[in-house]
Amino acid sequence: MWSNLPLFPARASTLAGHVDALYFLLVAVTAFFTILIAALILIFAIRFRKTKHPVARQIHGSNALELTWTIIPLGISMIFFVWGAAIYFTETRPPKDSMEVYVVAKQWMWKFEHTEGQREIDELHVPEGRDVRLIMTSQDVIHSFFVPAFRVKADVLPGRYTSTWFHATKTGRYHLFCSQYCGTGHSSMVGTVVVMSPAAYQRWASSGTDGSLASTGEKYFQQYGCSTCHSSNTQGRGPNLVGIFGKPVLLDDGRRVIADESYIRESILNPEVKVVSGFKPIMPTFQGQINEEGLVALVAYIKALGNGMANPPMPVNNPEKAPYPVPPKPEASQATPSAK
Amino acid sequence: MAMASAAITQDEKPNYLNADYGIKSWLLTTDHKRIALLYLISITMFFFLGGFFAMLIRLELLTPAGDLVTSDTYNKLFTMHGIVMVFLFLIPAVPTVLGNFLVPMMIGAKDLAFPKLNLASWYVYILGGCWVLYAIITGGVDTGWTFYTPYSTTFSNTNVVAAAVGIFIAGFSSIFTGINFIVTIHRMRAPGLTWRRLPLFIWSNYATSVIMVLGTPVLAITLLLVAAERLFHLGIFNAQLGGDPLLFQHLFWFYSHPAVYIMILPGMGVISEVVTCFSRKRVFGYDFVALASICIAVLGFLVWAHHMFVAGISVYAAMVFSLLTFFVAIPSAVKVFNWIATMYQGSISFETPMLYAFGFIGLFTMGGMTGLFLGSLGIDVHVHDTYFVVAHFHYVMVGGMVMAYMCGLHFWWPKITGKMYPEGWAKLSALLTFVGFNLTFFPQFILGYMGMPRRYHAYPPEFQVLNVLSTAGASVLAVGYVLPMIYFVWSLRYGQDAGPNPWRAAGLEWMTSSPPPTSNFETTPVVTWEAYNYDEIDKQQEVPVAS
Amino acid sequence: MEQQKETATLGMWLFLVTEVMFFGGMFCAYLIYRMDYYTAWVAGSERMNIYLGTTNTAVLICSSLTMVLAVHFAKLGNRKATAIFLVLTILLGLGFLGIKGVEYHEHWVHHEFPGPNFHFDAPKPGAALQYSPKNVEIFFSLYFAMTGLHAIHMIIGVGLLTWLLVRNARGDFSAYYNSPIEMTGLYWHFVDVVWIYLFPLLYLIRHK
Repeated sequence: MWSNLPLFPARASTLAGHVDALYFLLVAVTAFFTILIAALILIFAIRFRKTKHPVARQIHGSNALELTWTIIPLGISMIFFVWGAAIYFTETRPPKDSMEVYVVAKQWMWKFEHTEGQREIDELHVPEGRDVRLIMTSQDVIHSFFVPAFRVKADVLPGRYTSTWFHATKTGRYHLFCSQYCGTGHSSMVGTVVVMSPAAYQRWASSGTDGSLASTGEKYFQQYGCSTCHSSNTQGRGPNLVGIFGKPVLLDDGRRVIADESYIRESILNPEVKVVSGFKPIMPTFQGQINEEGLVALVAYIKALGNGMANPPMPVNNPEKAPYPVPPKPEASQATPSAK
Repeated sequence: MAMASAAITQDEKPNYLNADYGIKSWLLTTDHKRIALLYLISITMFFFLGGFFAMLIRLELLTPAGDLVTSDTYNKLFTMHGIVMVFLFLIPAVPTVLGNFLVPMMIGAKDLAFPKLNLASWYVYILGGCWVLYAIITGGVDTGWTFYTPYSTTFSNTNVVAAAVGIFIAGFSSIFTGINFIVTIHRMRAPGLTWRRLPLFIWSNYATSVIMVLGTPVLAITLLLVAAERLFHLGIFNAQLGGDPLLFQHLFWFYSHPAVYIMILPGMGVISEVVTCFSRKRVFGYDFVALASICIAVLGFLVWAHHMFVAGISVYAAMVFSLLTFFVAIPSAVKVFNWIATMYQGSISFETPMLYAFGFIGLFTMGGMTGLFLGSLGIDVHVHDTYFVVAHFHYVMVGGMVMAYMCGLHFWWPKITGKMYPEGWAKLSALLTFVGFNLTFFPQFILGYMGMPRRYHAYPPEFQVLNVLSTAGASVLAVGYVLPMIYFVWSLRYGQDAGPNPWRAAGLEWMTSSPPPTSNFETTPVVTWEAYNYDEIDKQQEVPVAS
Repeated sequence: MEQQKETATLGMWLFLVTEVMFFGGMFCAYLIYRMDYYTAWVAGSERMNIYLGTTNTAVLICSSLTMVLAVHFAKLGNRKATAIFLVLTILLGLGFLGIKGVEYHEHWVHHEFPGPNFHFDAPKPGAALQYSPKNVEIFFSLYFAMTGLHAIHMIIGVGLLTWLLVRNARGDFSAYYNSPIEMTGLYWHFVDVVWIYLFPLLYLIRHK
């Protein structure tokens, strides 16, 4: 019933109800205090108006009252804090086994890449009833992925991955907005999230793609010479990547980091920043040679290696002939999808 | 100015307005009262410029399509509305107009500690303001007043450097004023005027000055780095070089959050003066209200990243900042309760300043509490960067600070000019402002929760009704601001003579003539009474004029 | 007079607090990036001319000494000595700026100024120190921003000292009234202290 009143958007995710509940509590408390204060002002103004109350009674203060109206608002605030933090904690912890979609934002459109291989622009199809995790990056300025019906928002930054997740509960079409000002086309950087029944989504996902995202990544892995050092049968010049995704990695300076999407991306662009223990820092940088979508495909491939869902990289035939891998010249990378 | 000086001849008594004539006597003055008037004129002009941009924005938002202006123009409009209103109006207004005029008088001093620095601060403000005007006239800026990188450093094609430099320069005006106030309040109080006998307006301005001194330089360096990055391609915020766009946000908000307390604290000081006067009572809980100002100043420096909850900061950092944000709300709540308790058992009258004070208390409460929504992490994720935020900050800045500024202008107008404004028109303006304000900004809370993002030039049609309501309110609000312009100027010539203390108010500034003489007091007062000694004042027939 | 002197002193200290916050923003940026890109910081720092840097540090410390002496003699009312030491401070300050100019020129010639002309050789594969040239560009950005801002403060300082020299020659100062010299001294010492922080942070990083 409430969704007919234009006071808040549709509730289409598991999160929406929780956010709305906290919101209603906040509205109620705000209304209570606003009305209380307005009423007190009105009552005092009338009851103690000059004509009725010509002599003011001086009251210096009351420590008891001060304590009361400090402690009570503090207590109420703590309720808001804890509840809000709890919701936030859930929002930032995507469940394991979430379905993943990669998002590349640019001025002024949204590009979506499903692991099954589907690519979309400005429209995102997702199944109802499944956890969906978005791994996002920007090609240029900061954008922000906002779906009011899901109560979900996360900034999308250049140079790194950010992530958010949701669990859609109602089929339908919902607004997608860019909510971080990004230039001329900011208000036209809108799209639609299409929530379909699981069966319909399955049909949609498997129609007309040229291979999964991971298989695209596998192509790049070979094309850029990654398998020269990162091959499956030897711990050669580079660490074996099979199964590393999501696991801790020991670095040469003693730090331990988790091999997540950001780590993979950083290792391709800035390999010298984190060197795996026991290996020499000889990996060249691929900055400027692979665009964000290429990186996303590579990340998907390495992830799939961990699940055993992709073919492990095969060693190059004559490793001795190429002691240090040379990345292909820029002309050779025309096969990558043009990003601009 | 010359007209104003010529019009005020009431007693032929020499006062600061007729002490000297001619443009040089104004442009080279070191009298804090004249400098306050110089600021009043320039700030009013910038206010109406910012308001003009707002009007265009609201007109555009009447329809869902972007049909009044192009996208680029719209982006420039909201940017320049923000820059002009925040840096050239809200930050300076109460401290430089009311503070400059009243701080020395309230402490029984002849002038501020550094009068020439005071004049320099006005010139620096004008220089910065002109630089910003130059940026506007030669094409504008479209980065938003927040200048987020890398859009502002690498992608925008507008006058970012000019705007940044203008704000940088104007920031020094803040710093000079802050230094001046702190030193003045520490060193130049009249004999007998201990800290706990000071009017709360002084406490507020002191706390504000601490924030100005500590926070403004960080904005200065941040803007300088943005300008340097644009000019010299430095790369500090450029992700492609390994720079961090989030570093900009941290540095920017480290100033810009305390900045909002620069805006509101002096306004709260005004309210303390007005509520006590028109309730004829000492303030309830003086120590607590004074302490609350200091707490707000200190805590205000610890919450900046609540503007960045969805920007990519860590979950634990977000929780810390959320917790601190709730803490900073408490002293403001304490102040509101103390003001209401001040009214209890008072003897209340309803002159215009008191009406504005009522409006402030109500609207600031709403604005402050909606801040709690934003501080609550789960809610913020939904409403961040939507019209909910826009409504929140307009409630505290316009419903709060601008109302307090109007309140103060009306309260001290008789002291500053020696004339009374017309009470009927003033009450009407207060009412129009209150009604127009709520109609403009309340619908925006709903718009925000429904999901309408900020800085949108065109929007989905289901948001139109609320936008139309908002624009309608804005037109009423505009009238509420234009009317005082007219009747204040009218009062200079035709207003009733005010006398030294038309409100029978407490405070040293009321113990000298209106307008005051250049040296403020004929002899330095010696203070033996507590602040807001309305019981003593009301026992006497007349308030003695220190002569 | 005493109240005026105390007032001026409080005002100047407050101003110096703002200067700390002003430089603080860049120190903050420096520290954050140094944590992330330590090897690039080493590479950049090794390109600094440590001899010129050390000389400049000595020059500035001496200039603080001559400044203190100028204040000392001003308090004694000795106009001539005051003038001598003001002149020495100015000369040392100008010397600092001159050496800085030489350093900047060197960096410019070696394509170490950030921007389209920046070029920094990538490390050889297998070398002990691995870094990304792009991150080194950030080091140089901060180097020029921080030392540039410092140099601007020095220039303002030299200007203030020159003005003091003029006023001293006019006979404006005496044992009774000399607070402008003392206040300028405070400013000058502050600018010196900033350099004392900048020097090790920018010049003295070596691979661990």
